[in-house]
Amino acid sequence: MTKILDSLKLTILAGVVLTVVVILVAHAISGA
Amino acid sequence: MTELVTAEWWSFFFRWLHIIAGVMWIGHLWYFNFTQAPTMPKIPAELKPAIGKYILPEALFWFRWGAMATIVTGLIEAGFLKLYPSVIWLGIGAGTPRITFISFGMWLGLIMWANVWFIIWPNQKKNMGLVEVTPEQKAKAARIAGLTSRVNTMLSIPMLYCMASVHQYM
Repeated sequence: MTKILDSLKLTILAGVVLTVVVILVAHAISGA
Repeated sequence: MTELVTAEWWSFFFRWLHIIAGVMWIGHLWYFNFTQAPTMPKIPAELKPAIGKYILPEALFWFRWGAMATIVTGLIEAGFLKLYPSVIWLGIGAGTPRITFISFGMWLGLIMWANVWFIIWPNQKKNMGLVEVTPEQKAKAARIAGLTSRVNTMLSIPMLYCMASVHQYM
């Protein structure tokens, strides 16, 4: 994890991946 | 003039304050991560104290109080939007992604706010010499503050998606 956080580019990439995960989870649990 | 006293206007007013405070907070977060931290190794040693003694304390002041103002105005705005109590449990089963997305945004924001006030700021106080520590403790504090700041940079990306998505799911 610290290897990712030591790199600004990897931190941003991790943020984008996390965004995709949040979108999928939010749609799944909202019951829409 | 009478529209000033409507709940809709006050809701808009607190959203406006929330955005101003959020720009202040995340703007400084990104300044630390996109500008200051990558540039520090390139700054000549004799000039580095200018950053640590003058720019960093001032930037940290607006950073942490921007975070506080963002959370306070956001929690008030959530009341105006009648998001309680479903926003607390992520709007599970609410039947609309709107509440779930704003819930994720709120919780990510709260985690980031806690990181600022309970991890980054106490460790920056050690790093800046406001709290007396050994050189080893100072180096460790700077590392913890830096890594936590990076975590918040990572979390800011989905957090802003969730905040902006409110109008996507009206």
